[in-house]
Amino acid sequence: MTHDILIAVLILGALGVLFAVVLYIVAQKFKVIEDPLIDEVAEVLPGANCGGCGKAGCRAFAEACVAQGNMEGLRCAPGGDAVMAKIGQLLGCTVEQGEPQVAVVRCHPANCGEKRRSNYDGLKSCAFANTVYTGENGCPFGCLGCGDCVAACQFDAIHMGPDGVPVVDADKCTACGACAKACPRRVIELRNKGKKERRVYVSCVNKEKGAVAMKTCANACIGCGKCAKVCPMEAITVADNLSYIDYKKCIACRKCVTECPTKAIKDVGFPAPAVKPAPKPVEAPAAENVEIPVAEKVEVKN
Amino acid sequence: MNLLNISGSPHVHSDESTKKIMWRVNLALVPALLVAIAYFGLNALLVSIVSVAACVLFQWLIEKFILKVPSTVCDGSAIVTGLLLAFNVPATVDMLWIVVIGALVAIGIGKMSFGGLGKNPFNPALVGRVFLLISFPVQMTTWPQVGGLFPMSLDVTTGATPLGILKEEGMAAMPQAWDLFLGHVGGSMGEVSALAILIGAIYLLCRKIISWHIPVAFIGTAFVFSGILWLINPEQFLDPLSSILAGGIMLGACFMATDMVTSPMAKSGQLIFGFGCGLLTIVIRNWGAYPEGVSFAILIMNCVTPLLNRWCKPRRFAC
Amino acid sequence: MKTFRMGGVHPEENKISNDAAIEVMPVGKQMVVLMNQHLGAPATPIVQKGDKVKVGQLIGEAQTFMCANVHSPVSGTVLKVEPCKDAFGLAKPAVYINVEGDEWMETIDRTPDIKRECTLEPKEIVAKLKEMGIVGLGGATFPAHIKYSIPEGKTAEYLIINAAECEPYLTSDYRVMMEHAEEVCIGVSILRKALGVPNAYIGIESNKPLAIKKMQETAKEFEGIIIEPLKVKYPQGAEKQLINAVTGRRVGSGKLPIDSGCVVSNLGTAFAVYEAIQKNKPLIENILTVTGKELPSQHNYIVRIGTTYNEIIAHSIGQLPETTGKVISGGTMMGKAVVNLDAPTVKGNSSVLVIGEKEAHRNPETACIRCGKCANACPMGLEPYLFSLLVKNNRVEEAKEHNILDCIECGCCFFSCPANKPLTDEIRLGKNKVRAMMAAKK
Repeated sequence: MTHDILIAVLILGALGVLFAVVLYIVAQKFKVIEDPLIDEVAEVLPGANCGGCGKAGCRAFAEACVAQGNMEGLRCAPGGDAVMAKIGQLLGCTVEQGEPQVAVVRCHPANCGEKRRSNYDGLKSCAFANTVYTGENGCPFGCLGCGDCVAACQFDAIHMGPDGVPVVDADKCTACGACAKACPRRVIELRNKGKKERRVYVSCVNKEKGAVAMKTCANACIGCGKCAKVCPMEAITVADNLSYIDYKKCIACRKCVTECPTKAIKDVGFPAPAVKPAPKPVEAPAAENVEIPVAEKVEVKN
Repeated sequence: MNLLNISGSPHVHSDESTKKIMWRVNLALVPALLVAIAYFGLNALLVSIVSVAACVLFQWLIEKFILKVPSTVCDGSAIVTGLLLAFNVPATVDMLWIVVIGALVAIGIGKMSFGGLGKNPFNPALVGRVFLLISFPVQMTTWPQVGGLFPMSLDVTTGATPLGILKEEGMAAMPQAWDLFLGHVGGSMGEVSALAILIGAIYLLCRKIISWHIPVAFIGTAFVFSGILWLINPEQFLDPLSSILAGGIMLGACFMATDMVTSPMAKSGQLIFGFGCGLLTIVIRNWGAYPEGVSFAILIMNCVTPLLNRWCKPRRFAC
Repeated sequence: MKTFRMGGVHPEENKISNDAAIEVMPVGKQMVVLMNQHLGAPATPIVQKGDKVKVGQLIGEAQTFMCANVHSPVSGTVLKVEPCKDAFGLAKPAVYINVEGDEWMETIDRTPDIKRECTLEPKEIVAKLKEMGIVGLGGATFPAHIKYSIPEGKTAEYLIINAAECEPYLTSDYRVMMEHAEEVCIGVSILRKALGVPNAYIGIESNKPLAIKKMQETAKEFEGIIIEPLKVKYPQGAEKQLINAVTGRRVGSGKLPIDSGCVVSNLGTAFAVYEAIQKNKPLIENILTVTGKELPSQHNYIVRIGTTYNEIIAHSIGQLPETTGKVISGGTMMGKAVVNLDAPTVKGNSSVLVIGEKEAHRNPETACIRCGKCANACPMGLEPYLFSLLVKNNRVEEAKEHNILDCIECGCCFFSCPANKPLTDEIRLGKNKVRAMMAAKK
């Protein structure tokens, strides 16, 4: 009996020692020597692996930072200035301060429903739908509403709105840019958050001629250029029948918003007007929705 | 006028659905169920109803309260699991509550814990069956003796299965192959009559729900392998015909090994899968601790399925 | 009976417009002629606002290699040259023509006589195909002059004419065979001469016994035309599958039919070739099937290219039935759903197919039960279920390794999937991703 136990103990013990030796040798042989700084930098990063920096993940970003030795051209948008400053400290270099940004969906939800011409029944993927047709309201530039951006977001910051156009939750958005990259039509753009989170932007990317664009959406930008004329900062340019507001120059005066005949320009973050706003231009029917700031996500009855 | 629908091609579908497949499998199991009722009486019906009801209930509860997803009980897959589980247990009164535990394990652990239909690596009914076999060895091997047509009494005499007889009493006591084919022997509910199972299997083959590859490879391998053993020593080993008719090989080969979710997709993979099942069954029967090895054989081959899917690719048209 | 070696499905044939003789659709008031009606770069418009054009006059010139000429289908005045939205809503360069009378180019032979002899040399034939703007009418609209210019170092051994018409509903090829068998055979002879091959094979599915008989009788009078009855199985008319069925050869991955010594053209193309070479008539007309179970009547039409879908519908059935769910250009398996009914027809359109509301919707997707039906149905021997997973998880590299680019998008996988997974859509998306990845690597 004791004999048996002894043999079992010896065999198991010998096996244990053998494996330990093998493991040790293998561990030594295949050891990867890495700069400990990479670990430290990776520790500071948010760890969401969103890919917004253009690297494969947070670890790859940390490696790139350490390899480069400074932060030129590298920025972790989700981490923001706080994280960047910490990495700067670790690397012992200065870091440029960046303006906080947010993703902006440049397409009007209000009119998609009314002007719907077709009903998409295929694979729920914008990248695929984009190869099949123009979109349910026939706009070849606007949002397709299949939610590739929603799927791409790591931070749960973008959701499909009731009208089939995504809504960004500005508090959660880290401006990593994953949604903008996922959108096959480049409807989503990263813009500066702006003072008091007040932003003005052209909520349309349709480059068709005015009359054609109006056929598909009442809130389309028709490229009339009225906004560019009233802008005191020369922040607005019109090209290819489409106006664009440079967020670096814009001071959010909202002159263009009232001027726009199709209500294509959206203002976000401003307090809702107490009484009815200025009389509407004749050409913009049923545009009550437009004044509701997206950030407040007010349910609107059509 | 309606809005025009848009989608990529094709714009037409064969009208085949998971639901239809599952209900057809249920239909294919009916002959075996009828035979079981005929041989084992009301007990068989009761065990089946309890098993099916428990499986459906557990699936509904888990989907509703744990996974919080829309219920899929209507697709009939839980009923298939319930029936197969009932077919794999003896038709005795004891089983009425034991089979509920089996159903919980089959649906809860065997299926839903992996994410539901289509994601389970093991055949859920077999997971439940093996769990019961290990946990309740006495009840699971107390076989009711066949009591003629419609024995209404609830007290059924018990006896051994053909394979049990073989293991304990030797070759001489074995029933004839013809009895095995018709099912006039003791055993689990669904496995007694090879004939009833074959009727169901032929229906499934005609409906193209199963292909011939797995059943033929499974039964063929078991036949050939047990034949070789029998030729070596007819005293010790059972003859090949009785081998494939006795026990669960027919039920396993036609209904459980062919489970779409847990068997390989390519034809070559299915042949290897069937071969492995047949081989393991005979090995377990002859040299294992249990008289029957079909459940274990199939579960072991289920483990190999992902590998077979990886190795056995369909032949490409363009090389 | 001959067929291809693996996979395939058999959707309901629905050839309900089989017996409708080909009618001539009257010309509308205004025509819009798109400049890219073919695979490749758009043609360059060579007319301006106010120009007078005649039927058959060149209005769009092929200026790059992969391009085809476009001719005016009507006579009248050019209204404007600007983009027009095509059937899928995408703006394409186009020429708008106000129709005035019906004055044809003098060179076009409009007599009903059938002209058999062709004295042109192979090179002249190819040059004329280019001049007349002939493209493949099987759906891909590949410019014919490129297909029939055999590259250096390759030889054509087989000419295969696709008359399988394996798509459900479509009957235009069938009607052409029944009504213009002789012209088709002349067209095939011309193509055979252009390639210099001894035999041309016309593959016809055996569900068209009358057409097979008619073609066999007609082909007797011609040298080197062999009729091949084929088994009724979709996709019998797919290029690679047809080559396999007729010759037993297989076209390799990423290879063209000519690499296996084959050239495949559609039956409609052969008819267009006859008209172009023997009658000097450019490709300005389509033969269209107007069909659908919901429609009060079934039709086959000769339609001038540039007629809008709405005009065709208005002339044939008045208006779309209330129960319309989908309008498809092409058959139900590979046709494209149309969004914009104001769009003009283009070369290669073969039908206006109206599907009822009930059949137009896809059933909701359920979980994959790994039944392997998609892999069994795949005529290319691929694994659609695997692509579905790989594409969803963005594993593009692996999808490429599993030969996703071999897929011919025939739709057999989605057709046979009991879980209603949009497999074909997912594979198309995957192919796009793979191509994008390959382009990025370059």
